[in-house]
Amino acid sequence: MSTHALSDSRVMLKRSLRHVTRSLDTIITVTIMPIAFMLLFVYVFGGAIQANTDNYVNYLLPGILLIAIASGVAYTAYRLFNDLQSGIFERFHSMPIARPSVLWGHVLTSVVSNAISVIIIALVALVMGFRSSAGPLAWLAVAGILVLFTLALTWIAVIAALSAKTQDGAAAFSYPIIFLPFISSAFVPTDSMPGPVRAFAENQPVTSIVDTIRALFEQQPVGTEIWTALAWCAGVLLIAYLAALAAYRRKIA
Amino acid sequence: MQTTEPAIRVHGLRKAYQQLEVLKGVNFEVARGSIFALLGSNGAGKTTVVRILSTLLKADDGSATVDGFDVRSQPARVRESVSLTGQFAAVDEILTGRENLIMIAELRQVGSPGKVADDLLDRFGLTDAGRRRVGTYSGGMRRRLDIAMSFIGDPPVIFLDEPTTGLDPEARIEVWQMIQDLADAGTTVFLTTQYLEEAEKLADRIAILHQGTIIVSGTLAELRLLLPPAKAEYVERQPTLEEIFLAVIGDKKGQR
Repeated sequence: MSTHALSDSRVMLKRSLRHVTRSLDTIITVTIMPIAFMLLFVYVFGGAIQANTDNYVNYLLPGILLIAIASGVAYTAYRLFNDLQSGIFERFHSMPIARPSVLWGHVLTSVVSNAISVIIIALVALVMGFRSSAGPLAWLAVAGILVLFTLALTWIAVIAALSAKTQDGAAAFSYPIIFLPFISSAFVPTDSMPGPVRAFAENQPVTSIVDTIRALFEQQPVGTEIWTALAWCAGVLLIAYLAALAAYRRKIA
Repeated sequence: MQTTEPAIRVHGLRKAYQQLEVLKGVNFEVARGSIFALLGSNGAGKTTVVRILSTLLKADDGSATVDGFDVRSQPARVRESVSLTGQFAAVDEILTGRENLIMIAELRQVGSPGKVADDLLDRFGLTDAGRRRVGTYSGGMRRRLDIAMSFIGDPPVIFLDEPTTGLDPEARIEVWQMIQDLADAGTTVFLTTQYLEEAEKLADRIAILHQGTIIVSGTLAELRLLLPPAKAEYVERQPTLEEIFLAVIGDKKGQR
């Protein structure tokens, strides 16, 4: 990338971040549902759930954070779709700029706004009794995995926005992703599930990511799980990125 | 060397959307520093021509150069020479007017973006509104901001795709004045419109796009020759509704 691409991406990031800070309701909307789930699972269902843990908030938090990111990227699709509709996308494309910066502005904004949501939810979890003995390296690893997960989902959001016909269509891709943690080890251990469901739960990306983050928080050895988690994130990221670029080229061709 | 070269040269331009042939071999040239109006009904393909010339769309066939650069093989150079104001005001509604201008100035890598923005706000009568979000602007204010954004970086060629569609008569006249000022400063203006009066008032040359080709083009005087000579008749001339409207609100404007 040239310096032009970097400075253009910076301008685009600044613009898109203003959209986030000027509609704080989007951050509230993104954080409120995961927090509600967390309250519900800890104080309503929690007593009946056999998760073999003495601190269910600790058990729950990784999955809750993934749900928050999955619903947060829907807004990235929504913002990009609006740009495509409003004509400002075409204005940018008729200008002497590094064209991919139009996408990168939205992608980087997604990382920043999701990081804000994740921090807010982690603080609420802290109030609810979340405790971790993790050192700085483990926290860094958690942050790294969450950023990778956000990037992977964000590029899926870019594909959705570029190929959607309506605003609702642009955001609809996120619903199944939001649902994915429920059929994983995020809320209950997978060994309580019936055969086929368990097989799905244990082999879908969320379980390995949740287990890895949980192990990092608990200062347990992460084993091979972290490599499975990283492979999922990196694999989805790469495929989504390439597909998004293809969708983008089709759009501007 | 380039001064003798026309600002825009289009030859044999063709474009089809699936089965629908929109452009069937369009030819025209636009002289530097002139105002060129492309007329046509809705759906005639005016916007398609603009999109091809501003590198947003690739033609199926034919050639087009803008400011001496080929739109197909040198799109990046073309983008450095042009500025586009599309049919729908391409402004960011969540940013303020000033922030919109600064954003474009930064993308065009113009020096002191803040000063550029303030000068343009002043020139376009938007200083008071400059710190308000564009979402609160009227249609006329948005359009003025949109055109102001196209001025940044002084591109030698400006495309205005139906710049006055949806504007009230007062705002329309303001936009006409801006277009005239642009041309006076040496900018080539490529204008599409469906208002014949607009072309008549502004354009040095007019071309009519109909059913995929340019059916006539020339100066207004040349186009007039295509019709039977005018007959002198004595008709009492009533003021048009537009003249009445402008006269009545003219008082209001004086107080502003």
